[in-house]
Amino acid sequence: MARILSLVMGLTWALWSGAGLAAEPVKIGFMTAYSGPFADMGKLIDAGARAYLKANGDTVAGRKIELITRDTTGPAPEVGKRLAQELVVRDQVDFLVVGGFTPETLTAGSIATAAKKPLLIVNASSSNLTDKIPYGVRYAFSFRQITQPLGVWAAKAGYKKMMTLVSDYGPGIDCENAFKDGFTSNGGTITESVRTPLKSPEFGPFIQKVKDAKPDALFVWVPQGEQALGVVKTYFERGLDKAGIKLVILGDDIDEPVFNALGDKVKGLVTSLHYSTAHPTAENKKFLKAFAEVTGNAIQPNFMAVAAYDSMAAIFEAARRQNGNLSDSAKTLEILSSLKFESPRGKIVIDPKTRDITQAVYIRRVDNHGGKLENVEFETIPDVKP
Amino acid sequence: MTASPQHRLPDGRWRAAELAIWLLPVIGYFAAPNYLLLGSQIFIVGLFALSLDLILGYAGIVSLGHAAFFGVGAYAAGLLASHGWGEPISGLLAGAVAAALVGWVTSFLVVRGRDLTQLMVTMGIGLMLFEAANKAAFITGGVDGLSGMVMGKVLGVFDFDLEGRVAYLYSVAVLFLVFVVLRRMVYSPFGLGLRGLHHGPKRMPAIGASVYRRQIAIFTIGAGVAGIAGALLAQTTQFVGLDSLGFHRSAELLIMLVLGGSGRLYGGLVGAAVFMIAQNYLADLNPVYWQFWMGLLLVLVVMFARGGVLGGLAALQRRFGTKTK
Amino acid sequence: MIGNFLGVLFDGVAYGSLLFLIGIGLSVTMGLMNFVNLAHGAFAAFGGYVCVTAMNQMGVPFLASLPIAFVLTALVGVLLERTLYQRLYKATPLDQVLFSIGLTFMAVAGMTYVWGPIQQPVRLPEFLTGQVHAAGMDFGIYRLFLIAVVVVVTAALVYVVDRTRFGAQVRASVDNQQAAAGLGINVNRVFALTFALGSGLAGLGGGLGIDVLGLDPSFPIKFMVYFMLVVAVGGAGSIKGTLVAGLVLGIFDVAGKYYVPQIGAFVIYALMVVLLVFFPTGLYGKKT
Repeated sequence: MARILSLVMGLTWALWSGAGLAAEPVKIGFMTAYSGPFADMGKLIDAGARAYLKANGDTVAGRKIELITRDTTGPAPEVGKRLAQELVVRDQVDFLVVGGFTPETLTAGSIATAAKKPLLIVNASSSNLTDKIPYGVRYAFSFRQITQPLGVWAAKAGYKKMMTLVSDYGPGIDCENAFKDGFTSNGGTITESVRTPLKSPEFGPFIQKVKDAKPDALFVWVPQGEQALGVVKTYFERGLDKAGIKLVILGDDIDEPVFNALGDKVKGLVTSLHYSTAHPTAENKKFLKAFAEVTGNAIQPNFMAVAAYDSMAAIFEAARRQNGNLSDSAKTLEILSSLKFESPRGKIVIDPKTRDITQAVYIRRVDNHGGKLENVEFETIPDVKP
Repeated sequence: MTASPQHRLPDGRWRAAELAIWLLPVIGYFAAPNYLLLGSQIFIVGLFALSLDLILGYAGIVSLGHAAFFGVGAYAAGLLASHGWGEPISGLLAGAVAAALVGWVTSFLVVRGRDLTQLMVTMGIGLMLFEAANKAAFITGGVDGLSGMVMGKVLGVFDFDLEGRVAYLYSVAVLFLVFVVLRRMVYSPFGLGLRGLHHGPKRMPAIGASVYRRQIAIFTIGAGVAGIAGALLAQTTQFVGLDSLGFHRSAELLIMLVLGGSGRLYGGLVGAAVFMIAQNYLADLNPVYWQFWMGLLLVLVVMFARGGVLGGLAALQRRFGTKTK
Repeated sequence: MIGNFLGVLFDGVAYGSLLFLIGIGLSVTMGLMNFVNLAHGAFAAFGGYVCVTAMNQMGVPFLASLPIAFVLTALVGVLLERTLYQRLYKATPLDQVLFSIGLTFMAVAGMTYVWGPIQQPVRLPEFLTGQVHAAGMDFGIYRLFLIAVVVVVTAALVYVVDRTRFGAQVRASVDNQQAAAGLGINVNRVFALTFALGSGLAGLGGGLGIDVLGLDPSFPIKFMVYFMLVVAVGGAGSIKGTLVAGLVLGIFDVAGKYYVPQIGAFVIYALMVVLLVFFPTGLYGKKT
């Protein structure tokens, strides 16, 4: 009887509080690049977040989730700052989610900190970013995190002399250093590091240089898109595979466009990343299904979409734990920065001290998987710090 | 592009319409308190467009690399503030001086050619500066940007606030002061000489005026003003990114200026306001395809309102014979 | 070492050929018709999309998709020329710049709408990929193919402009519209056809370029600099100039990246500035 009574009381309370708050949706200021050269990134991030709402409903603790989307147009810091300010001051959002690069994440971060609104970082990946954003929590990755294990793997796989080829800017240099670190501390030698101009559409000369130098293997990271496609294409066109120079590459460079353009040639390429569509878990299947429904199968999800998906999961959890009452932003931040849950990519843990993400990194090989090419994970390095 | 054919020399008296224009920011401050940051960015871009108008509308130099000077000014102010010198006004001056210096040096390359050549040389200089700033990541922060700027109070009293009130007032004050100075300059003999450059570059030497020296002077001044705009943006954003030097910024600026109407001082301000408000409105409406409507707007302006918004208004005025302008 | 150098030279020529192919259409519209058409890249991208769609969705072979790209882009060009461009022939270059940038924005958004923001996959036929080994060196087959296309296109253009009646009409119309019209030349028709030729070439260049440059909706803006570069350095309207400019820029760019990668990014821009300071109207431009 007492149990029934408490149940009824609990239910009434839930209904009452739910009804009281139902009028007020949880507002999420969702900033990413919807136009311009990075529009494809924005599309993935947007769809990733919507996939979560599709799979889990758009209501949490009695409150509806409202995404207020804003176009950052790409790495434009002052636009990021303005949008974040307007979202906070005018739209009174409860959370900011920034799916962009480091500059606009930092300027939005200064607003988030001044206004004490939690900011979820779902794409920016420079090292120690959360140090500069006291109200920021990272649900993405850092380049160091996903590159260093690949260097370790390459040394253990028996490569002795390697060259690196990266784009000549911050992230590229982060990757170069992290790879070198992992590789040389396990007995390998980097004979030469090549850096290519940021806007170079032509990789012929650089790849030729590598071919002439004949290392055991080549580590590559350049920005996704035509650059990644260009460098991999040139690698095969110049016959480096036939010359016995292996290619080891960061996983974000090897996805759908590369598979479509090069086909079976890329089979056997080894990459590292924190997410693969081939990740064999129920959570990932759920994500893939929802993502396909949201996009009508038009695009393939990737790690960016997963980070956006996870940011929604984190917001849901924060709302749930506080029964929908998000008025204490310090409390919300505390919850967001100590979460631990199963993501489509695997287990993720946020370190409360750094508010940065610790996650597994996978070494993968391109192979047939369910009738098409995918990055199939064959080695897991658990709990890699950012 | 050409001003309406007035047969009387332009004089420097302030007109009622101008005073009305300068009342708008005051009204805006009270009427749209939620849009102050947008407002301050419009003033900054307006100032930037004004600097391009000096060299394009008055000296006839077409530039697709004007962001170079904007960026130099931004980095100058940004570096000062991130190394402990947060006083805003001196930061602005430093930005102006640094940009003017770079402008003066590059002007010798730019003024030699004709339209297309100038376009390409300015663009080339802009692109090279961009690469240089990326290469010098140990100073500029590279692609991650220059963060850690700590700004002092404006005039030692006003601290930059979350709502953007100080940023708004500071930007509009700087814009107004610079505008008054430039307006004075444009109506001075030097300014009239510039108009001469534009309308009859072959005749100017005949009356003993050096085209070359005037072009170098105005290009340097234009660069300096762009530097102030850059410094202002750096201070109000408290961040400088590589994009401040980017080609996109130069191209958009040219669009804004021509949209507003070049060679009229107010053209840049009107163009910046129309462009940014339209962009903001369209992007809120539909973040994915706002560029389409922006493009359509540009095409329509060119087809039906030659000379930009102000040119179109002037044409209307001529047609209906009013002389209030 | 000498083998290296020859290899670099070959790569430079191949890259220069690509620059020529994506720039020549602009040189035609800008030089012959005095129209500053910054929307050139949009035509090129359209050509690229035609190729990709024909190949991936209709199973047309790559080589057959190129003429389709040429023809369809030329048709779109004529359509736009008749409806929009021709109203602006007398406008200032600045108005033309603004108009064509506006058109580019619309094209970018339109292409995002139709084809999505992603990179388009292009798979070349097997016989165009890989390398051939000759005289102790490796030559990329697709690069050889590009060079061959350049030879054919240049020969055809020189023939059309210098030897045919149409070419004479074009030159006459450009030099003096009124006199040309007085001689019974249908100037409107000549301009429409020239514009079609320019846009068709842009489409062809786009189709040939996607394997190296990639293709997504921001293509027209991303590579605008490169089109302009070749045309400005070569001198607008000069076929020879565009060819020489493409080759010089290509060779120096590739050599710079191979031998001094630290400053590789600067080489092409610095070279452009230097060349333009010494040749303000381009290498083969009309002296004005």
